Amino acid sequence: MKAVLFQLLQALLLVVLAPLAAGFVATCKARLQNRRGAGLLQPWRNLRKLFGKEVVLAAHASWIFRVAPYVVFTATVMAASVVPALLVSTPLSLTADVIALVALLALARFFLALAGMDIGTAFGGMGASREMTFSALAEPAMLMSVFVLSLGAHSTNLTTMISHTLDTPLVLQPSIAFALVAMLMIALAENGRIPVDNPTTHLELTMVHEAMILEYSGRHLALMEWAAMIKLLLFATLILDLFFPWGMATDAGLMAMLLALLCWLLKLAVLLLLLAVCETSLAKLRLFEVPEFLSTAFVLAFLGLLIHYMLEVSL
Amino acid sequence: MKHLANSWFAERLGDRGIRTTYLEDHHPAHMPCLEIMRLEWAHAAEEARRMDMRLVAVWAAEAGAHDQDQAARHGLYAYVCFAHPEHRHAMLRTPLPADAPELPSITAHYIAACRMERHMQDMFGIRIKGIPDARAWIKHEHWPQAAQPLRDDFDGMQCSDTPAADYPWVQSGSAGVYEIPVGPVHAGIIEPGHFRFLAVGEQILNMEERLGYVHKGIERAMQGRSAEEGVRLAARVSGDSSIAHAWAFAQACEYAADITPPRRASLLRGILCERERMANHIGDIGAICNDAAFAFMHGQMQRLREIMARTHGRLFGHRLLFDTIIPGGVCVDLNAEQAGELRTETQDIAAEVEHLRSIYADHPSIQQRVIGSGTVSEKDARDLGLLGYAGRASGHYPDERIEEAYPPYDRLSVKVPQGQLGDVATRVWVRFEEIAESARLIVAMIKQLEADAICAHWQPPEAGVSGFSAIEGWRGEIAVWLRFAEDGRIDRYYVRDPSVINWLGLELAVRQVPVPDFPLNNKSFNCSYAGHDV
Repeated sequence: MKAVLFQLLQALLLVVLAPLAAGFVATCKARLQNRRGAGLLQPWRNLRKLFGKEVVLAAHASWIFRVAPYVVFTATVMAASVVPALLVSTPLSLTADVIALVALLALARFFLALAGMDIGTAFGGMGASREMTFSALAEPAMLMSVFVLSLGAHSTNLTTMISHTLDTPLVLQPSIAFALVAMLMIALAENGRIPVDNPTTHLELTMVHEAMILEYSGRHLALMEWAAMIKLLLFATLILDLFFPWGMATDAGLMAMLLALLCWLLKLAVLLLLLAVCETSLAKLRLFEVPEFLSTAFVLAFLGLLIHYMLEVSL
Repeated sequence: MKHLANSWFAERLGDRGIRTTYLEDHHPAHMPCLEIMRLEWAHAAEEARRMDMRLVAVWAAEAGAHDQDQAARHGLYAYVCFAHPEHRHAMLRTPLPADAPELPSITAHYIAACRMERHMQDMFGIRIKGIPDARAWIKHEHWPQAAQPLRDDFDGMQCSDTPAADYPWVQSGSAGVYEIPVGPVHAGIIEPGHFRFLAVGEQILNMEERLGYVHKGIERAMQGRSAEEGVRLAARVSGDSSIAHAWAFAQACEYAADITPPRRASLLRGILCERERMANHIGDIGAICNDAAFAFMHGQMQRLREIMARTHGRLFGHRLLFDTIIPGGVCVDLNAEQAGELRTETQDIAAEVEHLRSIYADHPSIQQRVIGSGTVSEKDARDLGLLGYAGRASGHYPDERIEEAYPPYDRLSVKVPQGQLGDVATRVWVRFEEIAESARLIVAMIKQLEADAICAHWQPPEAGVSGFSAIEGWRGEIAVWLRFAEDGRIDRYYVRDPSVINWLGLELAVRQVPVPDFPLNNKSFNCSYAGHDV
């Protein structure tokens, strides 16, 4: 019973904390650029503002356009509840499968792209076409990167994989380093961050994710933006789970949970700070170079796989 | 200010059998206005092209009150201005009948003439014979067909109820080509303009501009103002080049009235103009980097620009230097202490920009975006007559500070950066070079400052006298022509912002550029919408 409660709380934590994480990245970026920034709470204020605004619908909008924000938000929240943040073994651990996770995110993306095309504006279609091109390359690379770890754990279940990492003694495994780099690159692309996409741009012609939600307003836009923030936190947590799980709680005791929370927040802060540094020091890639960027991620993940077979299988 | 009459162009035209009459009531003499017959209009343009002259502007104006006896016969004049790097500017004028006026097109010789001819067609109802593109330009679809807004008998108070029709865009017959309409309302806070892309996948085949959304009727609003009132309006043609526009207007007035501003006034104008150039280039470099999502540079450049704006507000009373230039001189002065402060600040900012430039140049991620993007060849730049940094990046270097050498530049040597490659990187490079050069010029001009009046007594010329001036603003050459009526009031005014020509360069640059690289290219040209639409 307690475990179920923790499971629910953990999912809630991810959803509530997501805007704060986005605010943290924005503040770090502002500080790195010698600006003061709008503060940690700004994404929350934006969401509150958007929820208070009326929804303006285009005349040509079909039910897909109206349903998409709810589907995207729900699918992303479900994906977030699958990823263990604090507790390794949760009641939902059987469903905590990486392939299911990727599928949930793909569902969200599918509806996002449909909604982008539904209105019939040039930007929506353009954004959807770019998003689908990128995701066709990013998804296999992401699975490939996760499989490197799955090979050791003999499972694609997150809980099993985390337990395996926690149980094995700390040895330097080159294959994991490759998988990590690949995963970081994919996380940048999947979340529409610099150098792949610019979440703060106002230039319609350069947008990818923003172009698809350009026609949204009010609570619809709020849900879309919130989902994007949850996705960022989800990816960060996933990277921590897979590559740096130390500190996570193996039982649902209060002290263990508190310690796990502290560890998680600390690791998260470091990871998001890295993201801010990366976004400040890089310019956006040319559009036609993004597929190369993602292919590089795939190749790295594949190299990780090969190295695992060549060097580590005997271990 | 007495200059030798410039008879070079008249002699050359005479050699080709084109008879010209020198107009006495046009000043200054070194930029003469010659009257020719309408039949020889296109021929004269062809000859000018053969003489390697560049087109400055084509425009029209109604005959003034002093031409009353002529006005009965020909109510309109068409003007064209050419410039030669060594032989300065020369204008041609030809009379047109008031009813059903017709003029041969010179677009075949000068591509940039086309939009100006469309403007004449819209505003005066002049039929341009042989124009390759006869669509309306500045007069959008909701205007009544018959309206001729720059004619005297047009009543601007009447509302138009013409329903908006469709504009015949350039189209591709192919099913694989899709259109992307962008603007005039954009997601960011920028000026309004419409761009219509024809694209295959992410590759741009053609980009067509549609401007005129900020048409304010400034040419008409100028009529009946005194020169003192007019210069305030001229400073507002395009807010980011307020000094250059006000200076061009004031100098045209001074030429017409044969007044020479004191040396100190010219130097102060030069200082203000170079400061404006620095501030805008600094802002633009930041904005170009921001369009490639390199926000660090944007933040730093914005900071430097803000420092300059605050200094302008403190020393000259306006952050963007509005209303500092008046006919006859300037109305702001610098004491020794302020001049010292301005010099130190200019040098500090130039040094900081150099430091940022090294960061920009050593950053492969931003370099990868700007190098090779949006190229305009030297031939294209010459054919269009690209001005300012857009021309200088592509091997075309007109600079009025050298060619016209108006004071204070007559006693300064200006170094013009000479780019060749014509891509975004070169346009940014030209801006960096110009910032350094402007800083050097400001220091030199502050050194030349000596005690003197800052304004000559303004005495308007007689009715019917016209003046022309060309000033190198930060975007390039600004050309102003105006004519006086009775009581020193402005009778007719024409201004050509460099954007009118440079907008064409952008259309050329983005062919074979992927769609998401368009904003970067657009920013590297940074043409003015307000300056174009007037």
